[in-house]
Amino acid sequence: MSHVSRNSPDPRRPAAPSITKTRYGTSMKYTIPSDFARGREVQTQILDEVQNFKYNSDSVFAIKLSLEEAIVNAIKHGNKLDMNKKVYVEALVGPDQVELTIEDDGPGFTRQDVPDPTSPENIEKCSGRGILLIEAYMTSVSWTNGGKKMIMIKRND
Amino acid sequence: MSEQAPPLAVIHEKDIRIVEFMNSKILDEANIAEIGSTLNALIDEVEQPKLLLDFASVDHLSSAALGMLINANNRIKQRNGQLRLANIKSQIFEVFRITKLDRLFRIYGTRDEALASFAM
Repeated sequence: MSHVSRNSPDPRRPAAPSITKTRYGTSMKYTIPSDFARGREVQTQILDEVQNFKYNSDSVFAIKLSLEEAIVNAIKHGNKLDMNKKVYVEALVGPDQVELTIEDDGPGFTRQDVPDPTSPENIEKCSGRGILLIEAYMTSVSWTNGGKKMIMIKRND
Repeated sequence: MSEQAPPLAVIHEKDIRIVEFMNSKILDEANIAEIGSTLNALIDEVEQPKLLLDFASVDHLSSAALGMLINANNRIKQRNGQLRLANIKSQIFEVFRITKLDRLFRIYGTRDEALASFAM
């Protein structure tokens, strides 16, 4: 089954971000192909905006790590590195909190089905730690749309 | 996106190989793969390899980097070698603690402490 691309015909070309500033904060929206370098560009821009709001070093670290893990998960596990599939990133950066939404074009997943990487039988396995870290570092994490869409919030405290 | 500088520096201290990470971030997949294959080559160089990884310059690392470190640890164990980690900054140590990898790896505050911990 083929889908018409929701975006530009060249999957390597990132869509221009949509950035809106209000008195409540900055809204940033991106649609990117399954490309780690593009993901990192998005991360850098969102992190720059977070820095503008003077979040403390631990919060910036948490947001950076969580964004990295979430975008890599979307590209690798969601879209299975398929360049024709997109990752949709939204950030709402305000003085009190940062809300990040990452959605992919993959089949979705169930959180409970991801094995606990800290259990003795999994501790020497090489994967499965991304979600655990996000949940530890962010104030709240939830999924909708069958696990395709992840919403995470970091409060500035 | 290739890195301009090699991601690792290797110092020989008797039969111990001290590996310094040159970048403050261990995030990029290609970068992690390169580090992983360099570590594998060092591990395969000798019987019972002794490896000390110095994290002094590292400010960020991802779960993919943790996977690479676990891989190196498993390979060293297979060869009856020893792996030590040192100079991990507090924010990064927290990543090891959350994932309980602080129990899997032998982590020391300083390079000297880590060097002294190797069994002869």
